[in-house]
Amino acid sequence: MAEIIQGGGHEKGGKKRPKKGHVHIDMTPMVDLAFLLVTFFVLAASLSKPKVLEIIYPKETENEEEKTKLADELATTLLLGEKDTEVFYYSGKFNPDSTQLKLTDFSAEGFRKVMLDKNININDAYSALLKQYENINTDGDTAFVRKKGEIFNSKNAPFVIVKTIGKTPFKNVVNAMDELNICNVKKRAVMDMADSEAIAVRQKSSELDLKDLKK
Amino acid sequence: MGKLKMPKGSPTTDMTPLVDLGFLLVTFFMLSAKFRTAEPVQPDPPYSSSSTEIPEKVMLITIDREGRVFYDLAGKDVRTLLLSSMAQVYPSLATLSQDQINEFIGLGSCGQPIAQLPAYLSADEKTREAMNEQTKGIPTDSLNNELGDWILQGFTAFMNDVRAKGWDDAKIKKDGLRYAIKADAETEYEKVEAVIDAFREKQIFQFNMVTNVEKDQNVVTSQ
Repeated sequence: MAEIIQGGGHEKGGKKRPKKGHVHIDMTPMVDLAFLLVTFFVLAASLSKPKVLEIIYPKETENEEEKTKLADELATTLLLGEKDTEVFYYSGKFNPDSTQLKLTDFSAEGFRKVMLDKNININDAYSALLKQYENINTDGDTAFVRKKGEIFNSKNAPFVIVKTIGKTPFKNVVNAMDELNICNVKKRAVMDMADSEAIAVRQKSSELDLKDLKK
Repeated sequence: MGKLKMPKGSPTTDMTPLVDLGFLLVTFFMLSAKFRTAEPVQPDPPYSSSSTEIPEKVMLITIDREGRVFYDLAGKDVRTLLLSSMAQVYPSLATLSQDQINEFIGLGSCGQPIAQLPAYLSADEKTREAMNEQTKGIPTDSLNNELGDWILQGFTAFMNDVRAKGWDDAKIKKDGLRYAIKADAETEYEKVEAVIDAFREKQIFQFNMVTNVEKDQNVVTSQ
């Protein structure tokens, strides 16, 4: 590889003479190295950027209005307890005596399935819109953005309230938001859990713990 | 028809320009790469399926597992402005020496309350490590909301800086300051909420939560 190829080629015979002409050095390994380094820096530069999940919190005042406006039958409330497995949900309005909390999780078969089922009309409408715009560039297309907004914020769109207690692990809140993004649920809010709900969560999870012990 | 003469021996190409170009690129990437400043804490963020990259201009709040809050705002010019406007709110910062000011400008995430900041800036590497170990983070409680001041003054400093650089409203809207929160997966949500409330008080409602990329769906469920 690293041979030195002498130019000229005038020398003949075995007699040694001072060399004339150009000296060519095979630079291939050096080029290889240089581009290896280039590749490394290019990849390292773009891969080191962390990823982010965007969460928009409502303004305090808007929140109050929203609460009164939304219909109960479209509401799903996700309750996040102290432990990361304490993930419950109920639909509609909370009634301490009759509301049954359902245990769920953040797997593909868990809360995502529940919300995809509830959001099926919206997602269908959105896929229809995407199909309509299949061959059109939607960047900066205001009509598309408006139609998209109309679909996701329509009156019939289900909405989710994520309720936390102080000790809820942060990852559960992020997981919940991530699931809502996956399910295209845009109407959502994060707020503190009411005391009655916190009690229900504690009861339900201790019930479940007992069951586990019996097994 | 002339006969095509095949050259004898191996053909050689002059690779010098290629090498020049290669090393020029290497040099460029090496110089343009930002070296990561030593982070006082390394929280392990939760996983998500989001593929959005962290914005360029960002105010980063780091919250570790215990809920201690660290503040970072990048940019030499912005930090110079930030320190001078913070000095108007906290007179103790107005008496910093030039060395301490330079240290502040080169600093990354910092979780020292204002009272400890001057000492932290003149401390050496080891003392800083110990101080980071002991600090309770930047106070966020309503009586002594230093974080709120950092947020507000950081925003003001950023706006002054970009206006001086001739940005117009459209560019500010597009590339302006964003707010990121990097919290550990196990951090209690109330600690994160305290930071979010400090932002909301300043009429900031949009956040970027730093997350790890989900390699496998099972990662979330198996935890």
